[in-house]
Amino acid sequence: MAPFTLFVTLLALSSAAYYIGRRKAFALSGRANGAIKMHSRPVYHGALTALWCAIPALLIFGFWLVFETQVITQLVVKRLPESIRSLPPDRLNLVINDIRNLESGNFVSQTINPAMQAAADHYRMLRSISHNALAVITITLMAAAAVFVRSRIAIGLRARNQVEAIFTVILIVCSTIAIFTTIGIILSVLYEAIRFFKVIPITGFLFGLGWSPQMAIRADQVGSSGAFGAVPVFLGTALISAIAMVVAVPIGLMSAIYLSEYAGKRFRAVAKPLIEVLAGIPTVVYGFFAALTVAPFIRDAGNVLGLNVASESALAAGLVMGIMIIPFVSSLSDDFINAVPQSLRDGAYSLGATKSETIRQVIVPAAIPGIIGGVLLAVSRAIGETMIVVMAAGLSANLTVNPLQAVTTVTVQIVTLLVGDQEFDSPKTLAAFALGLILFVVTLCLNVIALYVVRKYREQYE
Amino acid sequence: MNREPPVNPKAAVRTIDIVRSGLPRRYRAEQRFRIYGLSAILLSILFLALLFASIVGKGYSAFWQTTIKLDIFFDPAVLQKEALVNADYSALIKAAIQNLFSEVDGRQDRRLLNSLVSAGAGYQLRGMVLQNPEIVGRTVSVWVPADDEVDMTLKGHFRRDVPEAERRMSDKQLAWLDRLTAEGRVERKFNTTFLSAGDSREPELAGIWGAVSGSFFTLMISLVLSFPIGVAAAVYLEEFAGKNRWTDLIEVNINNLAAVPSIVFGLLGLAVFLNFFGLPRSAPLVGGLVLTLMTLPTIIIASRSALQAVPPSIREAALGVGASRMQMVVHHVLPLALPGMLTGTIIGMARALGESAPLLMIGMVAFIADIPHGVTDPATVLPVQIYLWADSPERAFVEKTSAAIMVLLAFLVVMNAGAIILRKRFERRW
Repeated sequence: MAPFTLFVTLLALSSAAYYIGRRKAFALSGRANGAIKMHSRPVYHGALTALWCAIPALLIFGFWLVFETQVITQLVVKRLPESIRSLPPDRLNLVINDIRNLESGNFVSQTINPAMQAAADHYRMLRSISHNALAVITITLMAAAAVFVRSRIAIGLRARNQVEAIFTVILIVCSTIAIFTTIGIILSVLYEAIRFFKVIPITGFLFGLGWSPQMAIRADQVGSSGAFGAVPVFLGTALISAIAMVVAVPIGLMSAIYLSEYAGKRFRAVAKPLIEVLAGIPTVVYGFFAALTVAPFIRDAGNVLGLNVASESALAAGLVMGIMIIPFVSSLSDDFINAVPQSLRDGAYSLGATKSETIRQVIVPAAIPGIIGGVLLAVSRAIGETMIVVMAAGLSANLTVNPLQAVTTVTVQIVTLLVGDQEFDSPKTLAAFALGLILFVVTLCLNVIALYVVRKYREQYE
Repeated sequence: MNREPPVNPKAAVRTIDIVRSGLPRRYRAEQRFRIYGLSAILLSILFLALLFASIVGKGYSAFWQTTIKLDIFFDPAVLQKEALVNADYSALIKAAIQNLFSEVDGRQDRRLLNSLVSAGAGYQLRGMVLQNPEIVGRTVSVWVPADDEVDMTLKGHFRRDVPEAERRMSDKQLAWLDRLTAEGRVERKFNTTFLSAGDSREPELAGIWGAVSGSFFTLMISLVLSFPIGVAAAVYLEEFAGKNRWTDLIEVNINNLAAVPSIVFGLLGLAVFLNFFGLPRSAPLVGGLVLTLMTLPTIIIASRSALQAVPPSIREAALGVGASRMQMVVHHVLPLALPGMLTGTIIGMARALGESAPLLMIGMVAFIADIPHGVTDPATVLPVQIYLWADSPERAFVEKTSAAIMVLLAFLVVMNAGAIILRKRFERRW
């Protein structure tokens, strides 16, 4: 039975169990003829039956499918001829992949030999055995659970409390997913990064000045020595983020000030949503705009001025990224400026200050902690932004701070290293995880600091 | 201010005079400041306008495709009864076009001539024959798509007045094209292929339907998972959990995850879902899982503020008539908070629809011409399709990319408008 059909069957059986439990409860209360009140309403008895049927069966279903592939692969590998089994792990993986492709009818990368055909047949047989076994086990379990719970249904059964307890557990499990996601991110990135640092020393990675992530396929290959010094990549990221900030912070801050202090109601009602639209546009659209409109424009403008501008200049990517971040800075600053108490404004006006003097000397200094928090969040956004730089920034790691040249960023390198074929034992692929680790740690620090600053600021005026 | 007494008592300077003398300067500064603010806003709106203008300007023409009318003779010699599926349909097209230009001779010229018509026009004929086998042996006028270079030339994207060597189309081809136009055999028709086909290497055959279905399956997976989980987590944190270390830890995690770069979620998906659990590459299932993890913080935060907006009096009233906590939440609080939760979910889904970076990591960036029919079929999504086309060298793909962006933006506008309507109609102020 295919997993999807089985899944639907299990759901159908659970709802059947609901009716079984409810009927039993109705029957009991009917026999008592209303003289004795049941503890819980029949709905809860039904729900209890259904939950006891569904939860164990679905848990088994999930775990089975998660581990099925690995177990079957182990079994198939055991039956392979000695000559294939003694291959090095990466070659063996290729063979296993081919067996799987052969089994599911996909293209196979090498000529099919009888041993592989036999292995694919074996694989298919094991899988169908596994699926059938799963179906038998889960359905039997469900039936048993239904019979058991049904036999327990009685006048005094505290079905509601039990159902509510189960639901509370489900709620708790759902709320911990955020923690598991964080742990998952840390473990997966850290694990591969540690493997990378076993090959490339961590100091060489953090402080090396050359970045050309390739590994030799043969020992005597030209340019066989890859360089994994990430400083040019970090510098490129910093350069593009700095350009973005130079664009976004003044424009975002000034528009927030104008919107909250000067603009009339009608102007605000039109302008604010329009600026927010900039935040809703997918980043891939910005990337396309940067690569096809802004970058050629900057290059042509540079040529007119007699400058030599790379067609994938950091300026184009940074400029467009800055545009993307404007609404982010503007809406956060808007919040913080509005949070400054009116009494401060009134005090400044009563001393005869003009509006702009009040803003510059009273409101902005009062709001500055919040604004700094917002800018830090924006910096973390800029560092982690991917599509704009993938489409508009360069691939070669130049150690430069000239915004007219092409630089590369952490996210661009992660994408180029991981898109396409991957081998998980080459430092080239693992380097992406090391970069990911750095990216995660840096943005995490920025976020923690920013959230702390913002929270402190909010408390100050509450 | 305590200044030195003036040397000449007749010209006694009063404070108000100092203030007055400074006023014009201060008012000018005020004006300047105001103008800076206004120009910052106008600049952002100008960027927005430029973005839309450049995309619509480049993309609107993709909805029309140049077609050429050919009199196709469905030759029974080519279309053998038993092998209709695999017959050589492009031979029919070559025959038809060479029939029109009988004077063209020589291998090279014939190839140039054939290349006026799209390489995929044969599929259209195959479709016609398979649908109606009676057609074999007859001659029918058929509008077939022109090659992308013809299309681009007629739409004015390739200049005709430059020397032949710098052009994509030769003088001969242009002359043939002009003759076809003069005979009324060239027409621009609404491009249904663009909306109904999957990806293709040929711009005139490429469509977004494959990517749209991929996006649909991905979003469905992520909606089915993230909405219940997000609501459950929010309900637990708002209604059941006390304030302690554990819930603090969960809150800090949620707030941080909301600001983690999306590409990191892609790394997680690659390492956990693909390498550890062995789920298939390029599948909407995995894409949906990754986007679920990514949108969960958004949904949880929105759902919590929706729950906070429900006044405590409702809860107290429910508890007062003897409801359990769970009954109070399910029967009274949730229905009132649901519109706010749905609004947050739609906004989260709109973000997920535009997201591409994490999906690049899990292989949804492969070239996939087939239209996916399930959550485990290899697929791509709309933003990734845009990324793929933006990288293609053919000029015609620029127009396709812009048009695909227009479709994506249209979906986003619809979703956000839905969220706004939902909020306007069901939001209650207490």
